Amino acid sequence: MAESTRTIEIEVLRYRPEQDTEPFYQTYSVPFTDDMSVLQGLQTIKDDLDGTLSFRWSCRMAICGSCGMMIDGKPKLACRTFLRHYHPKKLRIGPLEHFPIERDLVVVVEDFIKKLEGIKPYIIPKEPRTLEEGEYLQTPAQLEKFRQFSTCINCMLCYSACPQYGLDSKFTGPGILALMHRYNADSRDGGQAERMELGHSEEGVWGCTAVAYCSEVCPKGVDPANAINQNKMGSAIDYFLRFVAPRGAGK
Amino acid sequence: MKRSNDPIFWSLFGAGGMLSALIGAALVFVTGIGVPLGLLVSQDLMRYQRMLGFAQHWLGKIIVFAVIALFLWHAALRIFHMLHDFGVHAGTGAKLVCFGLPLLCTIAAAYWVLTTGV
Amino acid sequence: MSAQMDKRRPYVRSMAGWWTRDPYYIRYMAMEATSVLVAVYAVILLVGLARLSQGEAAYNGWLDALKSPLSVGFHVLILLVFAYHTWSWFKIMPKTMPTIYLGGTKLPQPAITWTGVVVAVVLNLLVLAILMGVKP
Repeated sequence: MAESTRTIEIEVLRYRPEQDTEPFYQTYSVPFTDDMSVLQGLQTIKDDLDGTLSFRWSCRMAICGSCGMMIDGKPKLACRTFLRHYHPKKLRIGPLEHFPIERDLVVVVEDFIKKLEGIKPYIIPKEPRTLEEGEYLQTPAQLEKFRQFSTCINCMLCYSACPQYGLDSKFTGPGILALMHRYNADSRDGGQAERMELGHSEEGVWGCTAVAYCSEVCPKGVDPANAINQNKMGSAIDYFLRFVAPRGAGK
Repeated sequence: MKRSNDPIFWSLFGAGGMLSALIGAALVFVTGIGVPLGLLVSQDLMRYQRMLGFAQHWLGKIIVFAVIALFLWHAALRIFHMLHDFGVHAGTGAKLVCFGLPLLCTIAAAYWVLTTGV
Repeated sequence: MSAQMDKRRPYVRSMAGWWTRDPYYIRYMAMEATSVLVAVYAVILLVGLARLSQGEAAYNGWLDALKSPLSVGFHVLILLVFAYHTWSWFKIMPKTMPTIYLGGTKLPQPAITWTGVVVAVVLNLLVLAILMGVKP
């Protein structure tokens, strides 16, 4: 079956720190077929047109979270976005917003990784437990309380969507606060109080102004806006009652 | 990590936001369009003697105070966040304007509500 | 490794005009901006309260000012802004609530929004009806 081969103009942001003082856009004419993703378009550029183009990618199937970038001005996974959708218009591709640019489409992710570690993303047992006690038992209802928030692939599209993170990177940000909620909401976990030390602060849930664009762009339906904002009520109640009746963790 | 004091202002923001969403439009219509034009409501619905009686009644006092104060405190946090979103530094000056003015208005409203017609 | 570290020169982009970059952000700013007219309306009422405390002549001055075409026109604008506030308020409200389960199934977020909007319309009409029914 002959597939028609057409050409799409792709405008990619370039930045080589060793030779460029500023980022600039470079245009490539990329032959493509209807089944090609934006990622494949970039790979065509790198393989056939310009080997110097740098970008992150891995699984090609929207589960590793590596290929997040600004595609036509919106944060998207390049492997899950298709060139045919933009043709015949010129397609502009840039690095994820709100992160410093390392090189071309590669952004500096150290802040995200550091914060990820900072929320203790693991089950902190309520009390010490021996192997003989066996596995934790959990009902489907208990699982539902956190399951959605555990599907995050750390792609950071939500950070590109979040203006509060863009304006002040001291804010922990949507994805990591959603992960914090994932553990707080897990019936096996007893670490809410420790995590809510961050949660109750401006860097935590109170840095969010409910723009909710993060939830719009999330490729996995995590809904970080919901994870964060449903904790505001609990945090507020805990704030007012903490001297009278400490509830520990503002859940 | 310093605990945020946002809960105070967020609770007021929420109460004011809910109140204005549930009855604000009706109030705006009646006071700003209905009464002035005699549209759907009588033009003398808000005549002096009737409003004075309303302000003297304990329920009237609560309603007038709640509407004025909560609407202002709803705007306080939102405008504070908006200033930050527009790039204005969220420092003491911004806090004084955004929260100091509603505080003054709240005190004034309390004073007039308690003293009108007494 | 340190030679490569020396070559790094991360480029930080400006946030100026960020909210103009996407219609989603513009809708967010519009939602936030509704609070300005909510405050203005509260101040109009506050002035009315002050005038009420100053006696009949002062209060009637406030009442007459509300009758001017400029004031009526401005209140039409305020009314439209309050309507958008009501809509945007209940649109974001589901994000502030944990998922509700009705007999085992998740209550979708739009259901919460529409319930809120319907309640708001009913309550606003109720207030209007009560005031329409006030005896002369």
